[in-house]
Amino acid sequence: MWFIRVNMTDLTSRVEPLPDAYKHLGGRGMTSTIVAKEVPPLCHPLGPNNKLVFAPGIVTGTPAPTSARVSAGAKSPLTGGIKETNGGSSWAADLADMQVRALVIEGQAKKNGKLWGLHLAWDAAASQPKVEFFDANEYAGKDLFEVFPKIYAKYGDTISISGCGVAGEYGYGNAGIVYNDPAKRPTRYSGRGGLGSVMGSKGLKFIVLNREGTPGVPVMDEALFDQGRKKMIDALRTHDITKPKGALNTYGTAVLINIMNEAGGLPTRNFSSGRFEGAAKIAGEAIFEGNKQRLGKELYNHACSPGCIIQCSNTWHNPDGTEAASCVEYESDWALGANCGIDNLDDIATMVKLCNAYGLDTIETGATIGVIMEAGVIPFGDSQGAINLVHEMDKGTPLGRILGGGTAFAGKAYGVTRVPAVKGQGMPAYEPRAVKGIGITYATSTMGADHTAGYTIAPEILGVSGKQDPLTPEGKAALSRGFQAATAFIDTSGHCLFIAFAILDIASGMEGMVEECNGVLGTKWTTADIGRVGAEVLKTERAFNEAAGLGKETDRIPEFMRTEPLPPHNQVFDVLDEALDTVYSEL
Amino acid sequence: MRLRVKLFAFLTRYRDNLSSGMPFEVDLPEDATVADLLRALQVPDEEVKMTFVNGLAQSEDWPLKDGDEVGIFPPIAGG
Repeated sequence: MWFIRVNMTDLTSRVEPLPDAYKHLGGRGMTSTIVAKEVPPLCHPLGPNNKLVFAPGIVTGTPAPTSARVSAGAKSPLTGGIKETNGGSSWAADLADMQVRALVIEGQAKKNGKLWGLHLAWDAAASQPKVEFFDANEYAGKDLFEVFPKIYAKYGDTISISGCGVAGEYGYGNAGIVYNDPAKRPTRYSGRGGLGSVMGSKGLKFIVLNREGTPGVPVMDEALFDQGRKKMIDALRTHDITKPKGALNTYGTAVLINIMNEAGGLPTRNFSSGRFEGAAKIAGEAIFEGNKQRLGKELYNHACSPGCIIQCSNTWHNPDGTEAASCVEYESDWALGANCGIDNLDDIATMVKLCNAYGLDTIETGATIGVIMEAGVIPFGDSQGAINLVHEMDKGTPLGRILGGGTAFAGKAYGVTRVPAVKGQGMPAYEPRAVKGIGITYATSTMGADHTAGYTIAPEILGVSGKQDPLTPEGKAALSRGFQAATAFIDTSGHCLFIAFAILDIASGMEGMVEECNGVLGTKWTTADIGRVGAEVLKTERAFNEAAGLGKETDRIPEFMRTEPLPPHNQVFDVLDEALDTVYSEL
Repeated sequence: MRLRVKLFAFLTRYRDNLSSGMPFEVDLPEDATVADLLRALQVPDEEVKMTFVNGLAQSEDWPLKDGDEVGIFPPIAGG
C-alpha cells in the first residue's frame, strides 16, 4: 500500500510505502489525521503550507457495495478549520485499486498562474504507482464540460479525473473539487469548504488516474469480508429507502423536499420561513413525473459511481427530451430553489449545470444567492437574475468574487444580518429552528454547518432509527454526538453515508460494515468500536480547529435564529449554549 | 369534520389522478383518528411511514379535528 507525496513547489513526487501508523486509516480518518499532523493550524489555507490530502475509504475499490468514495481534506478557506469533503466517483475506486491509501499535495507552484496536471498510472515493472506532471494551462478558465472530453480524448477511456473549475482558479471559498461521473461528465463533487481553491492555489488543475493494470485492493480475510459484504447488500436491497425502485432510486434525494416542507423545516427565502408554497413543483416526485412526461417513459436513477446498488442520482431533461442537468440533488434543488424562492425546475437545473461547469458548490452558491436576494440585489424568485449571478462568478467580476467568497462573506459585503452560516459555511437544507438536533450538528460539527456530519434528520423527521420530536431540544446534544461519531466511522470506511438509512434499522447491515473493514484490514473491530473509532477522528479534527482559533465560541447558531420565530411552528433555536458545549466536552 | 389531505410519493397511487402533494378534502366522523383516515383512503398501514398533522408527526391513534391538514408519507430519505 502506497503513500504518495507530490510537491508542487519543485514539481517532484515521492511514492513511499504506507507508514505503519496509518495502516488502519482510510477516508476521513486518513485525511483528518494527516492534515492535523502536518498542516500548521494558523497557515493561510491558500498558501504553500496548506496540504490537500486525498484518501479512498477502507473498503473503497473492493466489491463492497456503494463504496466508491474518496475523502478530500485540507484546512478550509471557507471555515478556517479542518475540512473533509466526500465524493463518489470511479476516481475513488481507481485510487484505491492503485493501492494508494493517501495522496498528499504539498507546496505551491512557483510561477503564478501556471497550472499543472498530475497523471498517475500503475508501473507494472516496478509494481508501484508512478506520477507524471503535465502542462494544464490549455484548460485554464474553461467550462469543465468543455475540458473533460479533451482530457478523455488525450488519455483514453480507462481514466478517471478529479480537478477544480474556474472557481478554484479564482480562489473562491465556494469552489469544490470535481470528479467524473459514469458518463464522463464533470458532475460529482467534494463540494463543500472551498477545497477546489486549495487545489487551484497549488497550481494543480487536474489529477488523472489510469486504472489500466492496477492490482486492486488487497483483502486480508476474504471469507470475513465476503460475509460482511453480503450482509450489507442484503440490508441495502431490502430496506424500503435503499432498495431497487425504492424511494432513492425512484425519486432521488429531492424526495425530501415535500417531507421537509410538511414538517415546516424547509428553509425558504433565505431562512425566513419553513414552508415553500412551490415545494411540490420542485420535489423529487415532480422530477420523476416531469421526466416521464418529457421522455414518454419512466426513468429510474443511476449510480454516481461504480458498485453502487442504491443508485440515487437523477438526470433532469429538457422539454425536447435532451439532457438538462445531472444531478439535481435535494440540496442543490433546495439551495437554488426554495431558498431563493424559485419554483422552476428548468431554471434550477440550469444553475446546477452551471455550478458543475464552473466548479462551484451548489449548497454554498444557493445559500449565498439567498443572502444576496435578502440584500435586495435581485428579488426572491428571480430565477433569470440568479442564473446571471452564477455567470458573474465564472467571469470573476467584483460581484462574482463577492458571491464566490460564500454566504458569510457576501452577507458582510452587503450588510445583511440574516446570514445562515456557521464557522463561515452556509447552512444546508434543514432549518435548525424546526429540527433542533440538526441545528446542534450545524453548530458543533468540526466542518461548519454540515448536515452530513451528523444527520439527526433520520430520527427527527424520517422515522429512521426511531422517532424523535424535532421541535424539542431535549436529548439532542447526545443524539447529534452519536450521529457525528458514527458518521466519522462511515466516512472512514469508504461507504456512502446513505447506507446508514438501511443499517441503522437493520442490525446485520451494521455488522456487515464492520466485517468488511475487518476483512480488508485484519482488524478485530466490533460494532461497539464504531463510536470509538469515529470519536477519535472527531477529537483529532476538534484539536486542529481549536489550534486554528475555532473553539467552542464558534459552535453557535446565528443570532437571528435565536430571536426570530420561524413560521409555521413559530419556534426559535432554543438549545442552550451549555448543551451545545457538551457535544464535544462529553465525546 | 372536513380534513385537507395530501398523499406523497408512492402513496398517490391510492387515488385517481393525484399528483404528489396535491391537497384534497376528506369528510370523516367527529371522533376519527389518523388510522380511520388511512382506512377511509384505503392506504395500507404498512406502506405509511410518517403522518404529519398540521406539520407535526403524529401516531395512528392521534385524534383528528375539523380543519386539520394531514400529510401522509411512505418511507423516504435523502440528504
